[in-house]
Parts: sequence; structure tokens; C-alpha cells
Amino acid sequence: MWARKTFRHLPLDCMILPGLILVLIYAYGPMIGIVMAFQKYLPTKGILGSEWVGFQNYVTVFQYPDTMQIIYNTVSISLMKIVAGLAVPIAVSLLLNELRIQGLKRSIQTMIYLPHFLSWVILGGILIEILSPSTGLVNKFIEIIGFEPVYFLGDNHWFPFVLVISDVWKEFGFATIIYLAALTGINPALYEAAVVDGASRWKQTLHITLPGIRPIIILLAVLSLGNVLNAGFDQVFNLYSPQVYQSGDIIDTFVYRMGLANAQYSFATAIGFFKSVISFLLISGSYYLAYRFADYRIF
Amino acid sequence: MLYRRSLSSRIFAVFNMTFLVGMALLCLAPLVHVLAVSFSASSAAKAGLVTFWPVDFTLQSYRFVAERPEFIRSILISVERVLLGTLLNMLLTVLIAYPLSKDARSFPRRTLYVWIFVFSMLFSGGLIPWYMVIKETGLLNSIWALVLPGAVPVFNVILLLNFFRGLPKELEESAFIDGGGYWKSLWRIYVPLSAPSLATLTLFAMVGHWNSWFDGLILMGTPEKYPLSSYLQTVVVQMDIQSMIGSDLASLQQISDQTAKAAQIFLGALPILLVYPFLQRYFVTGMTLGSIKE
Repeated sequence: MWARKTFRHLPLDCMILPGLILVLIYAYGPMIGIVMAFQKYLPTKGILGSEWVGFQNYVTVFQYPDTMQIIYNTVSISLMKIVAGLAVPIAVSLLLNELRIQGLKRSIQTMIYLPHFLSWVILGGILIEILSPSTGLVNKFIEIIGFEPVYFLGDNHWFPFVLVISDVWKEFGFATIIYLAALTGINPALYEAAVVDGASRWKQTLHITLPGIRPIIILLAVLSLGNVLNAGFDQVFNLYSPQVYQSGDIIDTFVYRMGLANAQYSFATAIGFFKSVISFLLISGSYYLAYRFADYRIF
Repeated sequence: MLYRRSLSSRIFAVFNMTFLVGMALLCLAPLVHVLAVSFSASSAAKAGLVTFWPVDFTLQSYRFVAERPEFIRSILISVERVLLGTLLNMLLTVLIAYPLSKDARSFPRRTLYVWIFVFSMLFSGGLIPWYMVIKETGLLNSIWALVLPGAVPVFNVILLLNFFRGLPKELEESAFIDGGGYWKSLWRIYVPLSAPSLATLTLFAMVGHWNSWFDGLILMGTPEKYPLSSYLQTVVVQMDIQSMIGSDLASLQQISDQTAKAAQIFLGALPILLVYPFLQRYFVTGMTLGSIKE
């Protein structure tokens, strides 16, 4: 009886097995490798032979002069991205919703969704070209209106804003999809009743549209909190240079340079683990909040 | 609807339309500029004369790029990666999503499996241990390094399993009564019924593989094995001339030329632009795919 109960689902287990093995190796395998963060890892000795040093690597990490600056860069860049990445798509969706010509609306949507699908390698190449201080399109324009050209990608003052603006530029269109979907879910009878009562379009937006999409705004805001330590590796890596490390170096790029370029394996693993733990807490926390207050479940 | 359109609402409509069209053009402008540069003479590009239309139209940069062996080779590697990677992604997505879409009463081990997969999405070992595992499993320098470690797209699995759950259970029950098993039910009922969702996920997987550059950069020891995105990263962004194998100085200068770079950027984006119309038809459904839960 026991055997029949267990083996009846054997085909289901078989289906999962190949994927399960791959996940165990390539997602759980690295978690074992985290022990390197507590060792003085030497490639010649391997994980089993390397010397244990406890929290020594963390002492080194937090004594490292740039660590605090890097954490600050990461958090400030990603918070700016979160705020701008919420505000711009909401505003654009509300404006798109006011557009009465359907054909034009669709064309605009087609155009603003596009940058989402291009990689940061492509966009990095494009940005380097158009932001060039000598021949770039943007600086040509700045000179025409009578200002000095700016070296956007080499200036610590401007670099974080370039990151935030170009990220918003890439993603705002795609992010409107979800708000536009929520807007179509608002009961049209509410607008009809408001018109009968003499509400202007602005009043309708304020008292029907915005409250209608408030749950989805709150949900996305909460879920985005899980990303506070992800300031966008792909983007930063393709845009930064040693000149702007001071304002643009983030945890992920620092881990890459320390670990793979400088072969400081234990040091890099220690920072990486620190980031993984905090990210995990933030993500689980935000999912919990989303579940508690917005009844959101991922499965 | 009957509206009395006041003057102010008309003014708003005009401003709104202008603003949104402006935003839309802003999304395309950088691409159009790069396209214009790629068709311009390199002297005009160097002088910063090109805006949105080619100056001294020439195909020189494209001819130059087409003759670069490493460019052609990296495209072939990318194509191989996209085909192999997408096939693997989709196969595993379907095979995992189906059992996990059963409820815990009829498949008690489901809960454990779900947590194993979801946890792998929430927590990661970090870059260095991940690299070490790929190295230890002997994948470095092979195409498998680009497709096996990311072979299970957990997020897509969740989307698809939510979609599977929305399909009527009665269909499967009738298949069981007719003597079919789980495998028959999956291939004959679930897969055909979810064809549009699978098309969406396939397109997303293809775009993801085409765009992916970092893994190629660190897992492929030699530039000859880089897929196109990694190759472009070194040439266009890093300007690392080491990846130009066996080049003479003249062609080195030419490859770092603005117009040649612009041509390569545009060619790298071209496949995405080509599948974009198909993508666009599907991705709105993709975004809301599986969002209906019971």
C-alpha cells in the first residue's frame, strides 16, 4: 500500500528530476562554496584544504577604505532608481490613458516598450557614443543652448544621474504595461457617475483613477524594496570607468573586480555573501508584506 | 460618451499628445542616431556632423565588419547558444511546471520541490562560488557553460505553473479515464492548450540568451569563443583590442572607429528589432500570464 502510494507519482518525479539536478548543482552548489568567505582560500589547496579564518575576511572588508562608499553608492543609486522607476511610468500611464486616439496610443506604446529588450551592452555602446564630450549628440545640444560640454561618463557629480536617467529611459515604457492593465480594470460606471455629478477629468483622475490603481502601486513599491542592493550590475559595468569608481562603483562591480580580476576569492565571496543575506531578508520581507497587505502570492 | 469639450481640455489634449509623442521619439532617437552614424563617412562622424541622417552615405563600415572573421564567428556562437539554450529552457520549464501545478493533496512531494526551486530564486551563493562550481564541473570554455547553469528559469516555471493551474482539471481526468498517464496528459493536453503562453516564454528566452553577455565574458577563456554580446562588450564598450586576434594596426584603428562601432551596435540589436513585432504581440499576455489564481 505504502509503495503504491509513493510510486504512483513516479512519472511526476521523473519529470522534475533533470531540472532538480541542475538547480542543485548550479544554484545550491555555490551556496556550499560560501564557506570560502570564512577561509583563507587558495586555489591550489581547494575548499577542503584551505585554512579557516573565521570572520577575519569580514574584518578586512569593513576596514577596507572604500567599502562604506560602495555600500552608500549601491543604496543611493538603487533608491533613486526605485523612486523614479515608480513615478515616471505611473505618470506616463495616466497620460496615455487620457489619449483618445487609439492608433496613436498603440504606436507610442510600441516605441516606448522597445528599449527594455535591448541589452546594456548595446545601450552602453549607444550612450558612450551620444554622451561623448567632443562629438556626442547630447553635448552638441548643450553647446547650442550655450553651456559648456559635460563629460557625463567621467564626472563623479553626473555619473549617478546618468545611471538613474538611462535606467528610467530603458524601463519606463515597459513598466507602464502593468499600470495600463490595472487601469482597464477600473469600472467605467464610476467615470459615468462622476461625469453626471459634474467632475472634471482632473477630478476623475484624482478620485477614481489613482485610487483604482493604488493597490498595484503599493504592491510594486513594496516588491521593489527587495532590490535595494541591486543597483544594476549590467548597466554600471558597461558605463563606468576608473574615473567614476568613487560615485559609481557598486557592490556587484566591486565583487567582480576583487574576485575575478584580482583573484581575491575569499574577500569577494565574503562581500557577496553579505549582500546575498541582506538581499534575501529584504526580498522575503517584501514578499511577506505584499502577501499580508496586498494578498499577493507568487504561486 | 457625450462630453462637452471645454477649451482647457482641448489644450490639455494637444499638450498631452505632444508630450507623449516626444517621449516616444526620445526612446527611438539614440537608435536612429547610431544607425545614421553607421552609414556615414568616418570623417563626418569624427567631426560630430551626424545627427539623425547619414552624412556622406557609405556602406564602408558594414563591409569592414562583414569581413571581420571574429564578428562572423561570434554570431554563429550566439546562434548556437540561442537555439540550444532556448530548447533546454523550454523543455525544463514545461517538465517542472507540470508536476508543480498539481495540488499538494494529489502530489504530496510538490511542496518540498516548490520550496527548493523558489529558494534558489531568493538566495544565491554569489559570483565567486558560482564561477567555481562551473569551473569544477568542467564547463569552462564550452558552450554548455552558457546554457546549463541557467537552464532552469524559475520565474518562467512559476508563470507557467500558474497558467497550468487555470486549465480545467476535467480535461486531465478524462484523459486518465481513457487510460492515459501523466506523460500523455502533459504532451497531449497541457502543452497544446498553453501554446500561446509557451510562445511568449520562448521569445523571452531567446531574447535573454541573445542579450546575455557577462557569462560569455567570464566563462569563455578565449575571445574566439565569445558569443556576439560578449564580443561587442569588449570591442564597443571596453575597447579591449586584445580580442582582435591577428589584426594589423590599420584594421585595429578602423575597428575602434566610431562608424564601425555604430555598425556593430546596430547589427547586435538587429535580431531583437526583427523579433520585436512578434514579441510585442505576446508580451502583454506574457506580463499578465498566470496572474489569475484560484
